[in-house]
Amino acid sequence: MAKNKKQKRLIFRSVILLILIGAVVFALVTNLKKEEEVVAVGEQAPPFELKQVNVDGEQTLNLHEDFEGKGVMLNFWATYCDPCKEEMPYMQSLYPKYKEKGVEILAVSVDATELVINNWISKNELTFPIVHDQKGAVMDAYDVFNLPSTFFINPDGTVERKVDGALTLDKLDGYLEEIVPESEK
Amino acid sequence: MKNIKCDCGHVNPEGTVLCEACGKPIESNQHIDGNEKNKLLNMRYEGSARRSKTYNRTIVDKIWMFFSSVKVGVWLIILTLIASALGTLFPQEMYIPPAVDPAEHYRDEYGIIGQIYYQLGFHNLYSSWWYMLLVASIGVSLVICSIDRVVPLYRALKKQRPKRNSVFIKRQRYFAKTQDVSKQDVEKVVSQLKKKNYKIREEQGHILAEKGRFSRWGPYVNHIGLIIILIAALLRAHPFFFVEDYVWVREGETKIIPQTDQQYYIKNNDFIFEVYDENDERYGEAIEKTGEMIPSNFQTNAEIFKVKGEPLPGQDPELVKVNEGAIQVNKPLKVNDLAIYQSSYQLNEFQSMSFKLHLRDDENEESLGEFTFNMNDPKSEYDLGNGYRVVVDEYYPEFYMDDGVPDSKSKYPKDPAFIFFVYGPDIEEYEVNFLAVGTNLNPTEDNKYKLSITGVDMRDVTGLTLKRDHTLPLFMIGAIIFMIGVVQGMYWYHRRIWIHPKDGELWIAGHTNKNWYGLKRDLEKVLEDTKVEMPQDQQELK
Repeated sequence: MAKNKKQKRLIFRSVILLILIGAVVFALVTNLKKEEEVVAVGEQAPPFELKQVNVDGEQTLNLHEDFEGKGVMLNFWATYCDPCKEEMPYMQSLYPKYKEKGVEILAVSVDATELVINNWISKNELTFPIVHDQKGAVMDAYDVFNLPSTFFINPDGTVERKVDGALTLDKLDGYLEEIVPESEK
Repeated sequence: MKNIKCDCGHVNPEGTVLCEACGKPIESNQHIDGNEKNKLLNMRYEGSARRSKTYNRTIVDKIWMFFSSVKVGVWLIILTLIASALGTLFPQEMYIPPAVDPAEHYRDEYGIIGQIYYQLGFHNLYSSWWYMLLVASIGVSLVICSIDRVVPLYRALKKQRPKRNSVFIKRQRYFAKTQDVSKQDVEKVVSQLKKKNYKIREEQGHILAEKGRFSRWGPYVNHIGLIIILIAALLRAHPFFFVEDYVWVREGETKIIPQTDQQYYIKNNDFIFEVYDENDERYGEAIEKTGEMIPSNFQTNAEIFKVKGEPLPGQDPELVKVNEGAIQVNKPLKVNDLAIYQSSYQLNEFQSMSFKLHLRDDENEESLGEFTFNMNDPKSEYDLGNGYRVVVDEYYPEFYMDDGVPDSKSKYPKDPAFIFFVYGPDIEEYEVNFLAVGTNLNPTEDNKYKLSITGVDMRDVTGLTLKRDHTLPLFMIGAIIFMIGVVQGMYWYHRRIWIHPKDGELWIAGHTNKNWYGLKRDLEKVLEDTKVEMPQDQQELK
């Protein structure tokens, strides 16, 4: 009988401890998850469709449809963001080389008006596609808060790398190389 | 497991200090509660076996034992207090400027201590895993300490017999012996006790009068309340239970409501800012005293839309209106279980500006053509008629000079500036006009024409807080149970009086969990007009 009682107590204690440990694990996991990025490295880049600015007529760009099978560098920027404007010439200088290798550069401007974007584009002779996220929907979907913010997306649509802040020419070159499709290597 | 059989026949679990039934001190366990021979008994938890102190075999038992110690619990609380205090030494990371590198910021602002602070992770203290683990440990300690004490206490109080061991009686704080007490006197005492709402139990002439046992559960009820509050705090980490976010919406603008997976949009139709009327005699004096306007209303007239279908982010969604109304302070508008509160505002942002072209040396500034620049949808070129046109070379929504170069601080038209090129039939190439609010900074003095601002349209911006909180009812329930426990433990007293015939003498002992003075008064009243001796406070006699 005594043994039975002891066993009962062990079970009781184990159950209580398990419940408590469960609660603690739940608390820790949900808290750590909160800090996790919405679009993390290795995950699929969320699809989107935005109006292209530096093109004649009304045209939209769809990330997955228009760039299927290509590596994509997705750059969030704005005309009021100085470090963004500094890295734009680097992107322009590498664009022709990587376009041939199957890597696209796509810049998402979060400016309020197309006017300011167009002014900046025409003064800096940018030829890579630039789209306008006027409502901030794509910025929200990618959970971008600070500019510039850049995602390097593999040809299969997964995020290879995420960079917060400005890029140097060397780094940019290296990161673009990472997302060149296998067939072009 | 080794049970202990008392002389009275009751079998006690190992670790028992005072026999559950008769209260006789169990010789080998007196060290547990620090009882010394012939001194008063420590009545803590009725001398029951707190098992944590006796078993220590499996890993489960070891963990259990660790958390069941009140000493450990107190240390956990002290450590948490120290950590929480350290976290307030410097600002947490979320309160430092967003653009700076935290590693540099703490070092530059607060020196070497700041650097240590950063390296130890104190800049994100309250969400660090070890801090959360500390708080969680307090919760675990609370649960296990409570279980480990309430069960044996309940057992001991349930198993207690009216007939107690003489040693137990003698070593109570209130105790007296009386010779030759008549039966009538005993009966009188019992009836007095009944009048005072004591519950009477008798066993072979031994009497136990007890009341307010209910009070002993107060601390545990209180702990249940605390645990519910802790659970509520825990659930706050999960977005299903708790979400808080913020959104700025300009008048006329339709914006995504954050935290809704881009499923809902809000449109700000009008922001209303009202102040108390200084001509009203009720307020006039008070307004004069403070010397400034006193706001009486902040209000956003808003519409809420739901997205139809599943458009991709960036696609223009088809919107269906689901709610509309006024958002005022403390009067939110709801989207499902998300409440939208009025929380901030900015007045007078520019919406549009009108300009006219005139000859520079024309004193009357007679208009040769006009246009309106809409900040929401600016054109790159405006035709003024008669062959005159204006090309927008640059538009700076929030103008400032960056090392002598004009630039914009943000995309919001708070302080717009423009560089216009004016073309015309009698202008050779074009004339440059650099306009900011209140100035026309012509770079060249030989312009023939000049652009002047003729009017502006302003709009307001509303700042809305979004909140979902399903944990409040749980906090409320926890707080109520907490208070019930406090009241239960504070305003009721567990009093016991034992009447113990022994060798022709009548022994009387009394015990209470608090308010010994109250017990003394009960005893005085009960023993009135009898020969029974009033028990002495043996603690004072020492």
